[in-house]
Amino acid sequence: MDKARLASALGAPSAFGQSQFALTRGNAFEARVKADGGAELLRLAHARLDPGAEPPAGAAVPDLSAHGPEGRTARTALALREAAGAGGWTLLDHPMLALDVAGSPAFLEPDAVVVHPDGSWSVVEIKSFPMLDGSADPAKVGAAARQAAVYVLALEEVAARLAPVPRVHHRVLLVCPRDFSNLAAGCAVDVRKQRAVTARQLARLTRIEEIAKVLPKGATFAPDRGAEELTAAVEAVPATYAPECLSACELAFHCRERSREAGAVTRLGRPLRAELGGLTTVEDVLAAARGERGDPDDPAVAALRRAAALRAEALRTAEARACADAEVAALCP
Amino acid sequence: MSLITTLARLEAVSSGRAQPTATVRHRHLSERPLVFVPLTTAGEAGAPLGALVGTDRDAPRLLVVPQPRDRDLRFSFLADLADTVLPYLDSHAESVEAAERTETDPETGKRVKVEVELCADAPQLIVPSRAGLDLVRLLGRSMRFRRTAEQDPEAPHPAPPRIPLLGRWLTHYGERSRVPGSALLLALTDVLSRHWATGQSGLEDQHLGALLAWIDPPDGTRGDEAARGAELARDAAGQLLCPPAGPATDPAFDNKLLAPAIERYDRARTALAAAEDALAADDRLAALTAAEREVRDLVESRTRPTWDAVWRGLDLLRALPQGAHAEERWTRDRWSFTGHRDRVLAGEPPQPRRDDAVTAANKLAAREREQARLEAQEALDDPLVMAGRRLAGEAFAGEVTDVVLAYSEGKRPSPRPLVTVRTDDRPHLAERARVYRSLGGKPQSAELVGQEAEGVLVLRVLDRMGRGREPEPGSVPEKGDRLCFTLFEHEQRGGAKLPDPQDTPWTHGGPPGEPAPEAPDTVTEEDVL
Repeated sequence: MDKARLASALGAPSAFGQSQFALTRGNAFEARVKADGGAELLRLAHARLDPGAEPPAGAAVPDLSAHGPEGRTARTALALREAAGAGGWTLLDHPMLALDVAGSPAFLEPDAVVVHPDGSWSVVEIKSFPMLDGSADPAKVGAAARQAAVYVLALEEVAARLAPVPRVHHRVLLVCPRDFSNLAAGCAVDVRKQRAVTARQLARLTRIEEIAKVLPKGATFAPDRGAEELTAAVEAVPATYAPECLSACELAFHCRERSREAGAVTRLGRPLRAELGGLTTVEDVLAAARGERGDPDDPAVAALRRAAALRAEALRTAEARACADAEVAALCP
Repeated sequence: MSLITTLARLEAVSSGRAQPTATVRHRHLSERPLVFVPLTTAGEAGAPLGALVGTDRDAPRLLVVPQPRDRDLRFSFLADLADTVLPYLDSHAESVEAAERTETDPETGKRVKVEVELCADAPQLIVPSRAGLDLVRLLGRSMRFRRTAEQDPEAPHPAPPRIPLLGRWLTHYGERSRVPGSALLLALTDVLSRHWATGQSGLEDQHLGALLAWIDPPDGTRGDEAARGAELARDAAGQLLCPPAGPATDPAFDNKLLAPAIERYDRARTALAAAEDALAADDRLAALTAAEREVRDLVESRTRPTWDAVWRGLDLLRALPQGAHAEERWTRDRWSFTGHRDRVLAGEPPQPRRDDAVTAANKLAAREREQARLEAQEALDDPLVMAGRRLAGEAFAGEVTDVVLAYSEGKRPSPRPLVTVRTDDRPHLAERARVYRSLGGKPQSAELVGQEAEGVLVLRVLDRMGRGREPEPGSVPEKGDRLCFTLFEHEQRGGAKLPDPQDTPWTHGGPPGEPAPEAPDTVTEEDVL
């Protein structure tokens, strides 16, 4: 399903898009790192991930092209099996992996996978944000680690089907431009935590069949339908909007509108829900603060009323002070 | 976010207008700040695309890099930036006043007062958003290790003079902006969202246009509608009506307008280089100028709305009266500016890439101390902030219902009056807990003696009553006074002194040794991709 097109059809287009400058640079950097049979990439993998192994020289770079994602996945699995037995460094450029997400297969394409001489596998992630004086933007590194963790999980699925089961490293190689140059800098990133979190989330995901079960008969998300029909169809799938969605989901603007119409407080941030207890809509909270509704014995309601009283008192004090200042100013020109 | 701020946000949602979260302005604003609205090229680290910079809201200086991947053009942008920023900094560095500072005398080891210079005012830099702060830091880092032809005649691709100096100043400003409460370098979105609560999340508050729409919506519209328009509205060609405050540009702008314009510029430049005779060169030069003009116009069209928005935001902030302690924090900023001016004058090398252990620990300690100071001072300056502290049980206000004069035991009894305060607040007070109130700008401390009933506290006043047996007039609360006591201290004491860098213990890497001059970054033939 193309969520970006669906969002446009709903009348709340997503604001995602990539500048061609960033795209060109990203591709140019990746090509540079992988140039010359991936010599630079393998040198970094050897130095950062596996300095004990023999230095890579003339590593194998198998051809992974095949027809369709399924074909490429099968080709990748075959190449991995062959490389595991070969002994020596192997670089898989843009392999294709499959991962089961909520009952349907998702195809993933890591930047590269490296097979070590001992037969173990590592994920390589190439990013174009700079590593300045040995450190990079933590938010971007976090995102890259989460992405790599998914690849690690997918690789583990492939490994589990082999005998003996090859080891998949939980340290991935992150390759970034160094400082302000276009030279590559590598860094090993431990993704154990992200891997555990992703595995847990994948296991908890509602199965697609179950989501499909709650949908009314005939519901469709085809973007060529009318906005009203689509809205009704999207409404049928429960979603809880929070501001974090804005940076992750194409439908976020649509959900934000829905959330605004419903007056939900989570629109202002998730922590609010914890603070406000059972009060979930803006109107409920304000009515409780004004003392019109709500149980005064409820600690959340009591705290709100105290907060409202203190705020009103402080604003009155400030206003009185401003008036006094204005009077003084008027008296002494 | 405290419950009071949450409430203000929810009120903003229902009223469609931002609600105040401060009744005074908690940051000093200079009479003549330097506003800097930069744009960068997507994907490149610290490759500027253009900027509006200046101190006059009607006449900003437009600086543009028509081809961001060309090192020489980037250098000439930075040189122009230095020509604008450094004279502004210098104009403040010259006017000084005499001040005193306590220093440790190196021979006797005693603390002595030294007469020093303090700049009468410090230059203030304003950027639109927090990403702008990061860019200032990044530009500083990219420039301060550059070598000019004068420093190193052998260096490939020498930087124009003054660029390393600008890099050092931007680094200093970038570092200073990490100190809580400092105002040398401010991100406007941060300052605005400190003073107003909007009906959107903190993440969305990072958008300057949307934030201003909430605080000061155009006549006849609600803040939420205006904010949505500022965030998403596009014209027929698919361009945002309110361009993002940068430094990143909108991808649609990059792809549809900027990339073709840069390409035309490239073609015109290649054509000029290939020109064979003077006549053809003249024509092609005209074409090149036109192509450059086009990129300049595009950059101006994306920065000018932000430039105007920044000044509008400053107007809104100036309408608030300045908080009482903001001036004192600004004096600290002036010290910081003066200190760096002196370091530059003394010919010290640029700030290192990594701080040594002692410097890093000192910075961290200073930030923690300033954070505590800021929190205390904001609460004392502003009843609305104090309300938040009262709600959290860290302060209480009440009426004095009884005062009994008592004395301390000992040879020279001094006054220790017992004051009974009735309050509706619920402070988290332990036995003999210290509380403080502001008496003529200085903190007077008292301790809790006991609680007579729910909300009736007996306090013993401990100091600031003079040396005599009788307390000085006005120093003891009187019956009927309304007072506000805090559980937190008003003034911050410095922590234990850290050792000198040459005495760094081995646990922290040992003495850093002789400072070696930092090597410049490696320069590759082409340093963009």
